Amino acid sequence: MPESPSQPPGPQKRVRITSPRTGAPRRGPVRPVTRDIEEQTRLGELYMATLIRAQWRLSVSVLASATMMIGGLPLLFLFVPATRTLNVGPIPLPWLILGVLIYPAVWLAARYYVRQSEQIERDFTELVARR
Amino acid sequence: MNTSLGIAAITAVCLVTLTIGALGFRLSRTTTDFYVASRMVTPAWNASAIGGEYLSAASFLGVAGLIYSLGADMLWLPVGYTVGYLVLLLFVAAPLRRSGAYTIPDFAEARMESVTIRRLCSVLVLAIGWLYLLPQFKGAGLALHTVGGTPTWVGNLVVAVVVLINVVAGGMRSITLVQAVQYWIKVTAISVPAFVLLSWWLNHGQPTPQVAALEPGGGWALPLSGFGGVEHPVYAVYSALLALCFGTMGLPHVLVRFYTNPDGQSTRRTTLAVLALLGLFYVFPPLYGAFGRIYLPHLPAGTSPDSITLLLPTAVIPGGVGELLSAILAGGAFAALLSTASGLTICVAGVVDQDLVRGRLRRFTGNDARAVNGFRISAVAAVVVPFVLSLAARDIGLADTVGLAFAIAASTFCPLLVLGIWWRRLSTTGAVAGLITGGLLAMSAVLATVIGGIHGGWTGVLLAQPAAWTVPIAFLVTVLVSLATPSRIPKGTARTMVRLHTPENLVLDRAPR
Repeated sequence: MPESPSQPPGPQKRVRITSPRTGAPRRGPVRPVTRDIEEQTRLGELYMATLIRAQWRLSVSVLASATMMIGGLPLLFLFVPATRTLNVGPIPLPWLILGVLIYPAVWLAARYYVRQSEQIERDFTELVARR
Repeated sequence: MNTSLGIAAITAVCLVTLTIGALGFRLSRTTTDFYVASRMVTPAWNASAIGGEYLSAASFLGVAGLIYSLGADMLWLPVGYTVGYLVLLLFVAAPLRRSGAYTIPDFAEARMESVTIRRLCSVLVLAIGWLYLLPQFKGAGLALHTVGGTPTWVGNLVVAVVVLINVVAGGMRSITLVQAVQYWIKVTAISVPAFVLLSWWLNHGQPTPQVAALEPGGGWALPLSGFGGVEHPVYAVYSALLALCFGTMGLPHVLVRFYTNPDGQSTRRTTLAVLALLGLFYVFPPLYGAFGRIYLPHLPAGTSPDSITLLLPTAVIPGGVGELLSAILAGGAFAALLSTASGLTICVAGVVDQDLVRGRLRRFTGNDARAVNGFRISAVAAVVVPFVLSLAARDIGLADTVGLAFAIAASTFCPLLVLGIWWRRLSTTGAVAGLITGGLLAMSAVLATVIGGIHGGWTGVLLAQPAAWTVPIAFLVTVLVSLATPSRIPKGTARTMVRLHTPENLVLDRAPR
């Protein structure tokens, strides 16, 4: 078996360790952020406030878009009367929107929300577990 | 109409419901089994079950009836019924599941640390539950009357008895299974006849909807036309939409169903699936409203518009096919009522049991009675009251009655849940003030509409569609009183917030102190 290049030739030199390396920074016992959250320290509260605010902002922004999309329809019918009588093929436009198209739109908004909010939770778990 | 076919369909639905219930009975043993099916239900089953529970007589018969009689503005009802789940998903679904409570009163007590709030919530659950059960019983009477010509009380009685047997025997585990099957029965029952009618319409000259000359407001097919004598249609549309969007989260039978998810994330996914299932179903009821205007522009005297769905097939397609389709629809309508009524009964019974019966039962029997017996006694009470009411109550549309229940839920539980989950400064006094104000305002509006009869003008519209003013007032009162009483903020608020909002995969001590 050939000798590996890392091992110097000749007899092995022994090193005796007599004291810790005091020059290196000492690492205390690991204290996870989850403890801060459990004990409600200022830091734990800060983490929680950040999580709740992120989720709240996401929810409110999706609600705001949905309100504009759905809540705007009666106003559209009110102020642009032509949209009331417009036909798409044999179906009146309001019936097509309210009867069919609105459902996939709402579902897409919901799917966007579910993905984003799971992402927020993944980020939070990672952040908290990292220390 | 061929009586035997319709009655056979209704009997079949009742028997299937009872059989599946009996199968589930063998699986449910403990009190937890009864309430939340041991939290082992997968999102797909759970979403079907929520859909099955939610689509009631109001959706199956009432929506088509209202579109038939009041025109395009009623298209907003199914939209509102669906968007309610989006709002629920955004603000309530995952945190509520993480709270670990079974019912709204449980949540209220855990979050607000107050037994007073628990009692208040129990009373509201009873009010909403009974108001929502009422149209289910009425719808059953209507369906059986239309199909079999029986007096309306017979249908009311049949539903009351079947629901009671099912709930008393099986609890929620069987109900989860029953509800999931019911959803698919309902979708099939409403879609197959709709497709047949649609192809008939396409192949027979595609006639257009007709409107009788005497009815006020010309444009039945046009939005905001005030057709059928609706005053202030813009306000009515917005207020109804608000009630439905924010009321869904406060419906007791809907919330209980969310506790059967294993964790917060699966709760969100379940809700997403629910949105898809509801969208699929709600494409069909407007078709019946429109076909009603085409083929049955004049209802026979003494017929409720709510029965238009059941009358259509025989009016359009002569002979056996029409009768068969009518029988399918009657079966579907019965499935709709049975499932919603079962879910509501479980919920109301749970509340009556926990807050009224159990303590008293223990006093009488010296702890001999099993907890499950208390639940069974409560289930009887939960069904008997709305059954008696359904025999006595005045005739208002199925979907209208349900709308009032939504309005009460939106004015009471919506502020409590949204502020309770997201706002740390909510105080016990604020929550009580909000619940009482919202509850009193909405319930007086409901009583004025139901008992006093609907008056004309702005007063009538404001009372018939109260959500637009009662919901903001309830929120405002809750917030202002909370800000004024900072000393009454529950001591464990920070800990509760941790439990509501942290994902379950994070190892944390979540126990309340």
